Amino acid sequence: MNEVAPGHVIDSATGIDVSLPLAGPGARSYAFIADWHIRIVLALAWYVVGALLYNGRPSLSPPLTNVPQWFGLIVAPALGIYFLYHYVVELAMRGSTPGKRMAGVRIVARDGSGPSAGALLLRNVFRVVDSLPLFYGVGLVTVVVTRDNVRLGDMAAGTLLVYERGRAGVPLASDHPGALDAPGTEILAELLERWPVLGAEARVHLARQFWLRYCGDTATLGDDDAEWHERLQQLVQGSA
Amino acid sequence: MSSTPRVRALTAALLKRSGLWRDADARARRYARGRTDDAADALRLADDYRLLAHDLARARSLIPGTRTREFLEDAYGHAHATLHQGAWRMGSTLQRLLREQIPESVRWLKPYILWTSVIFVLSVCAGFALVHRFPELIALFASPDLIQSVEQGKLWTDGLLNVVPSSVLSAQILANNISVTLVAYCAGILFGLGTVYIVGLNGLMLGAIFAFTGQHRLAGGLFNFVVAHGCVELSVMCLSGAAGAALGEALIRPGPDGRIESFRAAALRTGPVLIACALLLVGAGLLEGFVSPDPRFSLFTRVVLGVGYWLVMLALLSGRLFRARASLAGAG
Repeated sequence: MNEVAPGHVIDSATGIDVSLPLAGPGARSYAFIADWHIRIVLALAWYVVGALLYNGRPSLSPPLTNVPQWFGLIVAPALGIYFLYHYVVELAMRGSTPGKRMAGVRIVARDGSGPSAGALLLRNVFRVVDSLPLFYGVGLVTVVVTRDNVRLGDMAAGTLLVYERGRAGVPLASDHPGALDAPGTEILAELLERWPVLGAEARVHLARQFWLRYCGDTATLGDDDAEWHERLQQLVQGSA
Repeated sequence: MSSTPRVRALTAALLKRSGLWRDADARARRYARGRTDDAADALRLADDYRLLAHDLARARSLIPGTRTREFLEDAYGHAHATLHQGAWRMGSTLQRLLREQIPESVRWLKPYILWTSVIFVLSVCAGFALVHRFPELIALFASPDLIQSVEQGKLWTDGLLNVVPSSVLSAQILANNISVTLVAYCAGILFGLGTVYIVGLNGLMLGAIFAFTGQHRLAGGLFNFVVAHGCVELSVMCLSGAAGAALGEALIRPGPDGRIESFRAAALRTGPVLIACALLLVGAGLLEGFVSPDPRFSLFTRVVLGVGYWLVMLALLSGRLFRARASLAGAG
């Protein structure tokens, strides 16, 4: 059995397909909402700090007459931050944004490579249509109905939004083929990863269950969590 | 666990290589983010790619539902993206855009530009003829305030600078023009009909308002206001309309690769023109904010500025503007 994971599959020069897990409407919405909050906070922060500095007193009110400096230094940059956020940040972060990072997704070209600057600009131009009539209605509908979960901007620019997978999930190598199989190695790696956030009782309980399943009897072993940690570490290093 | 000793041994041998995967993944991510330019490391990326492909194939077969396989899929995807990523240099990207991509895109759009301009000119004539023959129809194209102002013998643009400063006016006009341009382009997605509607409506409005102001002997004043920024602004309207029409045609008459692929190809070919439009509108916005409403500028100055900027636009679209400078620099 040599199945490729579901998602967008790309041929590669090695003969082993690259599989990209596609982000759906949920991850897209999460990323957008996170980015929306970031840009609104940045724009407001610019306005507030600028207004306080301009007025020289704790007041956010604009001047009563039309003053070009007020518009040019305070209002226009704040609007620029809000409206140009996606264009600028996606270019600077090569297809990512803080919101996309939080949602664990990134933009790629359809051939799996990083998106070009032109593609990033184009996918943002089409936000004009995707955001219609309200709350990205057109974009959400196209994401739901298209095979690759893409909005119109992605269709036009030839881009996809894909998940970043399993960055923390690399297992630790085991030199004990007889003691641990692959799932065992992974369970152990996960247990050690979570060790600092577990309570002492939970640590001992989980370690004992693990030992019972993979290594044998635990009757003679004590309840000191530090000892259990040491024992599991030795198992990882192959000296248990 | 029900796996055979052979599978367990193979799996264990595979898992022993996890340190190599971690290193390969870290290297690919460093390169992807541009945090290293070490040549020896770069050469190792190709080896990493083969290593990850080999081990992923084994993981898919030996341990399909595990985090190890997930990790390898992700690391392999990243290595693939990093190896196939083109150079990311903003300077050369911008140069290529201005020297090659915009002129190429404009050349491809020539028939669309011609037809969109014809539609626009016909709409202007139609709007002019309609309001000239039936003056009451101006209510369809202009706001009551504008009509009242013209009927009182005053252009609504008179004294504009007393109400709004030039910088504010420029920014407002720029934002409005860019959004109209983007909408005219994106409306092409409605099989080109949206673009035709927007170009036609703008043409009708322009013709109608000129006819209406002409009836009140204010057409000269309006021309005086429009000429500096209008030459480029109206051309940009036709350009973005042409790009939108190309999108529409890609959807109406897709090639052998299907409608979505055809739409994608058209969008990527027309994208550079849209960037040119946005750049040109910045200048037009400045002219409309600082020159057009300012009575100190004579008609001659306005015409020179308007026509001069239009010629700059032609040079940009044909690629001569930046190519000429490059060859001069090369000669120097």
